[in-house]
Amino acid sequence: MSDSVKTSDYDAERKEMNAEAQEAVDKASTYEFGWSSDIEQDFAPKGLNEDTVRFISDKKGEPEWMLDWRLKAFRMWEKMESPDWAKLDIPMIDYQDAYYYAEPKPKEKLGSLDEVDPEILRVYEKLGIPIEEQKVLAGVEGARKVAVDAVFDSVSVATTFRKELEDAGVIFRSISEAIKEYPDLVRKYLGKVVPMRDNYFATLNCAVFSDGTFVYIPKGVKCPMELSTYFRINAENTGQFERTLIVADEGSYVSYLEGCTAPMRDENQLHAAVVELVAMDDAEIKYSTVQNWYPGDENGKGGIYNFVTKRGLCQGKNSKISWTQVETGSAVTWKYPSCVLNGENSVGEFYSVALTNNYQQADTGTKMIHNGKNTRSTIISKGISAGHSDNTYRGLVRVGPNAENVRNFTQCDSLLLGDQSGAHTVPYIEVKNPTATIEHEATTSKISDDQMFYAQQRGLDEEAAVSLIVNGFAKEVLKELPMEFAVEAQKLLAISLEGSVG
Amino acid sequence: MTISTGVTHRLKNFELKRNQMLKIENLHATVGDTEILKGLSLEINAGEIHAIMGPNGAGKSTLAYALGGRPGYEATEGSASFDGQDLLDMDPHERAAAGIFLGFQYPVEIPGVSNLQFLRESLNAQRAVRGEEALNGAEFIKLAKEKAALLKMDMDMLKRAVNVGFSGGEKKRNEMVQMGILDPKLAILDETDSGLDIDALRTVGSGINAIMRKPDKAVLLITHYQRLLDEVKPDFVHVLAAGRIVKTGGPELAMQLEEEGYEAIAEAA
Ligand SMILES: Nc1ncnc2c1ncn2[C@@H]1O[C@H](COP(=O)(O)OP(=O)(O)O)[C@@H](O)[C@H]1O
Ligand SMILES: [Mg+2]
Repeated sequence: MSDSVKTSDYDAERKEMNAEAQEAVDKASTYEFGWSSDIEQDFAPKGLNEDTVRFISDKKGEPEWMLDWRLKAFRMWEKMESPDWAKLDIPMIDYQDAYYYAEPKPKEKLGSLDEVDPEILRVYEKLGIPIEEQKVLAGVEGARKVAVDAVFDSVSVATTFRKELEDAGVIFRSISEAIKEYPDLVRKYLGKVVPMRDNYFATLNCAVFSDGTFVYIPKGVKCPMELSTYFRINAENTGQFERTLIVADEGSYVSYLEGCTAPMRDENQLHAAVVELVAMDDAEIKYSTVQNWYPGDENGKGGIYNFVTKRGLCQGKNSKISWTQVETGSAVTWKYPSCVLNGENSVGEFYSVALTNNYQQADTGTKMIHNGKNTRSTIISKGISAGHSDNTYRGLVRVGPNAENVRNFTQCDSLLLGDQSGAHTVPYIEVKNPTATIEHEATTSKISDDQMFYAQQRGLDEEAAVSLIVNGFAKEVLKELPMEFAVEAQKLLAISLEGSVG
Repeated sequence: MTISTGVTHRLKNFELKRNQMLKIENLHATVGDTEILKGLSLEINAGEIHAIMGPNGAGKSTLAYALGGRPGYEATEGSASFDGQDLLDMDPHERAAAGIFLGFQYPVEIPGVSNLQFLRESLNAQRAVRGEEALNGAEFIKLAKEKAALLKMDMDMLKRAVNVGFSGGEKKRNEMVQMGILDPKLAILDETDSGLDIDALRTVGSGINAIMRKPDKAVLLITHYQRLLDEVKPDFVHVLAAGRIVKTGGPELAMQLEEEGYEAIAEAA
């Protein structure tokens, strides 16, 4: 479709696409998002060496300091060993048998999403972008505002609402743009929350990160809309190395939504993102994720390896960082969104639903590192295991020697479907200050025959009954999600459980 | 007017057929390896209220579960039909959609799922099976409010998770609100009266009458006590013992049971 298409045609097509997107979400069959679209790619050569790193940096027109940073990370990574401590059965990954960079063919700069390649828009539609957001995209008056910084494969192709955000002083950019436009700000915080050496996958990310998002909320600003990025792996054999950095200055607030799915592939794909959050005095960051990368088929073939490092630093007093995640995808998930609570009275929260089915493996949880006085943290983890899957909660609550009056509450619930799946809870508690109050509760349960029959007797079929009970189990976490995400997440849980009953 | 006897007979037969709702013949059902129902027969026509009484362990709940299609309660012999359909061939949710409602002796808790969500999804699932349009949020809330008022149930209770933290009496009352909302043809109420105080018993009794005492509906009341039958007057009373209906009578049979106990009646039968 060319630029000359009239707006009205666009609207009509949008409607059609919206209906199609809805159908894609509603449809109850195997993996919904298993297709790849036809967009020209520019690849880095296969394999990983210094030249790959230079290629990426060059492609993005990065400044010297950025290239040096990447090269330093690459040399560090070469000497590191892949971790094996998590309760995961990870097949060997051949890092030389993968592409590390792909971007859509460069097109002229776009002013708004309306000018985006309709094929790309179609991808978003198929992803089931929430209705509210679709309305915003379609320009419906009065629709709730959600800014979408669309990361297509590795390159941000469009950023909407830039103007309104700019008026508020909010910086919302792809990280590549931010590196060029706000080098000082990026340099100040990049790698400060998750150090370059943090872990094998984080170091790899430092060397080859392709793109991602940068957000800065200035002092006293409540971000006028929820910020949202949709990630998607779209090129065969292209690992994804997203990099996200969010800085909330004093007294500011931002809610950030991240959601992703990936197309059906036979080969395993590596996804190693790094997310860093920084909250100053009295600032609050709410970070919500719905993760639905391709989980592999019902025999455990294919699927994404999802090794993510997410960490938030509550640097200022009274600051707050809240992670909410709904993890249904990926063949293997290795992910511990954490909070480092340095500021006095700062608060860390972790709300998680992790659902595994078939042969999926998830090892996820959080670390709450209490360094400041009167710091508080809450951990609510809901693990759902079906099929032959394995689901582990691994969490650390650490209280430093100077952290007086720390409070932590942890609740880990596991729900087992069938008798072939596993659920494990591995809480680590390290307390170096006697004034701390640490509470930990854990339960493991099954859906009872009583519940199933009760729901069925009222009219629900078997799948609807399971879905209802599972959603009830996850309720405490789902209610933490922004409205439009909560609806999507509920559907996702139902879709992900298909084939797990009967 | 003169009419030949042959025609009258046929008409009567036709009428009877039209009204018949539930027909159980020689039903045998096992739980695990144990046979609990041992040749039970029972017919219920539209417009009728039947009471089943019987000693603990007689198989009353087993009958209710078998009619609801609970997995593990296997019919091994005999037949059961509902509105002419073979009941034993249907999934539990299909039986619900066909119009069978079970008031549970022990209502089940579903954490994190509000009563309103539960009932709206259930009702709309039933309507979908019957080819009816789904109720939207506003229509459903209106219906729920109306039925809750009938049972003197606070709407706030309906916003809470299904039966979680409800007292025994509240759970039973909640079953009746559910019945009101789902509007079944046949309600099988398993000891709905146990655990209710006198006032609650009256409310529940009048609720059952308001919702179910209609020419096109029927009720099977499983109870131990005359008290409920004072509120909801049965047309027939059956005694269930050792997996069979051993005696059938009118309301006076319930009185007799109250006085003489099950044993005497069961032995005399
Ligand atoms: N799940 C079960 N497993 C084994 N035996 C059962 C089960 N449920 C009921 N029974 C047995 O079946 C018989 C009838 O039980 P039930 O139908 O509950 O009786 P009632 O409701 O008349 O008191 C009892 O002997 C009871 O112990
Ligand atoms: Mg019983």
